[in-house]
Amino acid sequence: MSYIIQGDTGDWEVVIGLEVHAQIVSNSKLFSGASTEFGGESNDHVSLVDAAMPGMLPVLNEHCVEQAVRTGLGLKAHINLYSVFERKNYFYADLPQGYQISQFAHPIVGAGTVILDMPDGSTRPIGIERLHMEQDAGKSMHDQDPKRSFIDLNRSGVALMEIVSDPDMRSPEEAGIYVRKLRSIVRYLGTCDGNMEQGSMRADVNVSVRKVGETDLRTRCEIKNVNSVRFVMQAIEVEAQRQVEIWESGGEVHQETRLFDPAKSETRAMRSKEFAHDYRYFPDPDLLPVKLSAEYVDAIAATLPELPDEKKNRFMTDYSLSAYDAGVLVVDQDTAAYFEDVVRSPEKGKTRDAKLAANWVISNLFGALNALGKSVTDSPVSSQQLGQLLDLMADDTISGRIAKDVFEIMIETSRDPADIVEEKGLTQITDTGAIEAAVDDVIANSPEQVQEFKDGNERIAGWFVGQVMKATQGKANPGMVNQLLKEKLKS
Amino acid sequence: MALDQDTVRRIAFLARIRVEDERLDQIAGELDGILHWVEQLSEVDTDGVEPMTSVTEVIPALRSDVVNDGNCRDRVLANAPDPVDGFYTVPKVVE
Amino acid sequence: MGNNLTNLTIAEARDGLTGGDFSAVELAEVHNKAVADARDLNAFVTETPDVALSAAKASDARRAAGDVRGPMDGVPVAIKDLFCTEGIQSTAGSHILEGFVPEYESTVSQNLKDAGAVMVGKSNMDEFAMGSATVSSYYGNTINPWKAATGENAGKDLVPGGSSGGSASAVAARLCLGATGTDTGGSIRQPASFTGIVGMKPTYGRCSRWGIVAFASSLDQAGPMTRTVRDAAIMLGAMAGHDLRDSTSAPVETPDFESSLGQGVKGLRVGIPKEYTADGMPQEITDLWAKGAEWLKAAGAEIIDVSLPHTKYALPTYYIVAPAEASANLARYDGVRFGLRVDGESLDDMYMNTRGEGFGEEVQRRVLIGTYVLSAGYYDAYYVKAQKVRTRIAGDFNAAFEDVDVMLAPTAPSPAFAIGEKMDDPVAMYLNDVFTVPASLAGLPAMSVPAGLSADGLPLGLQLIARPFDELTLFRAGEALEQAAGFDLPIFSGGED
Ligand SMILES: [Mg+2]
Ligand SMILES: [Zn+2]
Repeated sequence: MSYIIQGDTGDWEVVIGLEVHAQIVSNSKLFSGASTEFGGESNDHVSLVDAAMPGMLPVLNEHCVEQAVRTGLGLKAHINLYSVFERKNYFYADLPQGYQISQFAHPIVGAGTVILDMPDGSTRPIGIERLHMEQDAGKSMHDQDPKRSFIDLNRSGVALMEIVSDPDMRSPEEAGIYVRKLRSIVRYLGTCDGNMEQGSMRADVNVSVRKVGETDLRTRCEIKNVNSVRFVMQAIEVEAQRQVEIWESGGEVHQETRLFDPAKSETRAMRSKEFAHDYRYFPDPDLLPVKLSAEYVDAIAATLPELPDEKKNRFMTDYSLSAYDAGVLVVDQDTAAYFEDVVRSPEKGKTRDAKLAANWVISNLFGALNALGKSVTDSPVSSQQLGQLLDLMADDTISGRIAKDVFEIMIETSRDPADIVEEKGLTQITDTGAIEAAVDDVIANSPEQVQEFKDGNERIAGWFVGQVMKATQGKANPGMVNQLLKEKLKS
Repeated sequence: MALDQDTVRRIAFLARIRVEDERLDQIAGELDGILHWVEQLSEVDTDGVEPMTSVTEVIPALRSDVVNDGNCRDRVLANAPDPVDGFYTVPKVVE
Repeated sequence: MGNNLTNLTIAEARDGLTGGDFSAVELAEVHNKAVADARDLNAFVTETPDVALSAAKASDARRAAGDVRGPMDGVPVAIKDLFCTEGIQSTAGSHILEGFVPEYESTVSQNLKDAGAVMVGKSNMDEFAMGSATVSSYYGNTINPWKAATGENAGKDLVPGGSSGGSASAVAARLCLGATGTDTGGSIRQPASFTGIVGMKPTYGRCSRWGIVAFASSLDQAGPMTRTVRDAAIMLGAMAGHDLRDSTSAPVETPDFESSLGQGVKGLRVGIPKEYTADGMPQEITDLWAKGAEWLKAAGAEIIDVSLPHTKYALPTYYIVAPAEASANLARYDGVRFGLRVDGESLDDMYMNTRGEGFGEEVQRRVLIGTYVLSAGYYDAYYVKAQKVRTRIAGDFNAAFEDVDVMLAPTAPSPAFAIGEKMDDPVAMYLNDVFTVPASLAGLPAMSVPAGLSADGLPLGLQLIARPFDELTLFRAGEALEQAAGFDLPIFSGGED
């Protein structure tokens, strides 16, 4: 499944590393007491510190430190007990201090790993180089006035984690899976809401290409601030193609930052704002180094939830699910919990058929929720109700076919399945006499088909089943119908 | 090493300070004098010495994650040279 | 009684107010008048007589109600224009902050306000505290009330030192009883020495930096400038304290500094750091230093020679570290959210025009140096190297303080010089701070005490340096020095020609 670009001079592979900026879930900003709430009137969530007024000083938010450590632990990464905030110096309209407080030489989190769950059920580890804390910038708006840009500092100072991967990815698809997996992990941890539309997660994508078989890396370009998984994948595709064309035409790729334009499906170099970039990092003298104790880290580790990878393994072991099904169910914590609720029978010590539950959640429930644009947490069918539906199938009250009809009504009305079955009289007929009468009826009224069957057309047996089900409004137990038809037709 | 005009121009741009061409030579000379003077630090043996990050050994108090600031748009905009509708403004930036 | 009230020390004013000899309003009025009469000194960027009067009225009312807030209640002070004061222009001596009226009050000035102190004005200073002569202020230079009696500078206008030159001149000329200064590399102690007053820089972290326009964050420290050691102890008590809004503020108790006085120095071990000499330092300063050691010895202290081997590297270290920090600290002066804005075609043009016009020459020089030493390819050679040498310098002090309790050294290598001197050669100007910078780099408390006069009749200070957070010993030794020196601050004519 390798991703190869066929050029005129040979095959190329793409090398991808991602820097994901994930907004830390916190009430207040990284260094001030202003709100992090999304939206609001311009410059309302701004303190004198965020506006970099003379003499204002940053004070570190302890919860943000905890969140960064928690995320590091979730990435199976090394937690650095000593980390240092530094100033990254550059001038920009939405950067009030004239520097961004970030971590550089000593980030709070070091090397870790993210496991990708590939569609074929295999896994692929992607190295994490580091995670550091930093401030977000404000927002510039360029189209409100002919001569001026407007500056809103509501986001200025909001806490971010920058999660830097190793250049381990080799296809747009892997990059997409990586971002989704990262999002899944931080959501499990509650450290980032992963909301890409609101900008809580965005990626800088580093792309280079090289001939298949080359071991050294060629020059990379960084595509800044890509804000959806789809765009990450598209941007890589077009950027890799662009670079291959440059190399093949005898040119050279220059290291630069670029922007992805989804409308034109192209990347282009950012304007020469990059001229003479020299960030002059140095430790921020307003902030002392962050020193953590091993006990502090252990205490946070003790509160970590079961993470997607562990949950997936457990689902495979405990419920005998396939890697694919387990992988799909654990992407979202609520879905996984919903699934486990469905499996868990109210009867003590009993569980429902997990494989059946997984199928119902993945195909029927997801399908219905998708169509409604709802998530599992606001599903019209509760996990108990879906469990009850499985029970009605298990005790042969209804057939699987009827269950689909009942489920449709449940989605529309949120009613209990037993009520629906009762009201609509959908209870399966398991009375042998009644089914036998129906079978006899059909056979008696279909001499031609009986003859066909006797002439060796076995496939017509299905037609008989259909007729019997029709006659019983689908309520006859399909197994019993099959059994009786087999006996009677052959006699 | 002597500072050349290009270096001064580059540094002045990094610092966003307008330096007219006729001042470049004088500034280059002054900066060069200062840099030359501070280079005597190379005499000091600092092998194995940690660079200082702070003179204080104290463990700073961190902030609890509560919203107790902001919501003071009038105060943050009070001294702004050219505010419009609750925004700061700058000459139009073309990206 | 008018002028008599301007001759009071803070301790005397406290006693007089307590005894009902005069009111805070009377005290404020005579000082308001003194400030207005001494405009020739240009000690203030902004005079605040109305603020002073209403604060004094409030103080008198409190006192009448039996609610006195402590020894500073009703005491007229000057606040260096580096402290942001709510509703009152705060310029840092810079064009770029002209007209800037903060919506907030610095912690230190708020502490003084809360203690009942009466602000008579915002005192002049070198632009962004970068200087040693108060000649780089956009609002004009401040003049030292002292005049040389003889010598080449006889009768000329002299600098008050800097950067807290406005505060120094104001206290020396009796325009207020005390003033706040800030000291990054000597900006309290050197002007105190030049004007014959006490200037005290506390331990880094003793006073909050919140609301003080930052110059070099790892060095900046506020402190009192007064006419006596006791006054410095009283005033520091009102300024200091842990502040959660400043991460580098030390979570320590503020002791009763005044209580350390009157104990004498018997048994105190006083170190004489042999490296505190400079090329061309006048013999009279060396002699005064020796005399200071003798005074302390006579008072019962033990004098011990110590060595601080990296002393000569302190100044070049400082001139890397401080400009580097300043280059980032001053990036916020960009014409967007406050202060001066000079328009331009593009964003970068606006930045460059604003900062080109808004910053004076010395500030530009230091921002450029700071930018250079942090830039790619030079960071390790300059900045990291300097921070390593800084570790060495602090280590020197640590080692020496194993053997001694306090150190004695000159404050400055010269008395006050004439305005216009040392202006062509930045390094010559920087050498003013050669003796004050080492303690700044190590974050130690240090104090200049007026100890004598030069041959030309100008004041000279001696400097004491103590262990971190041991200001009590500093005041104790300072008082002994003060008593032995018997220095008399003259009454100047009020600045009129
Ligand atoms: Mg990046
Ligand atoms: Zn970043």
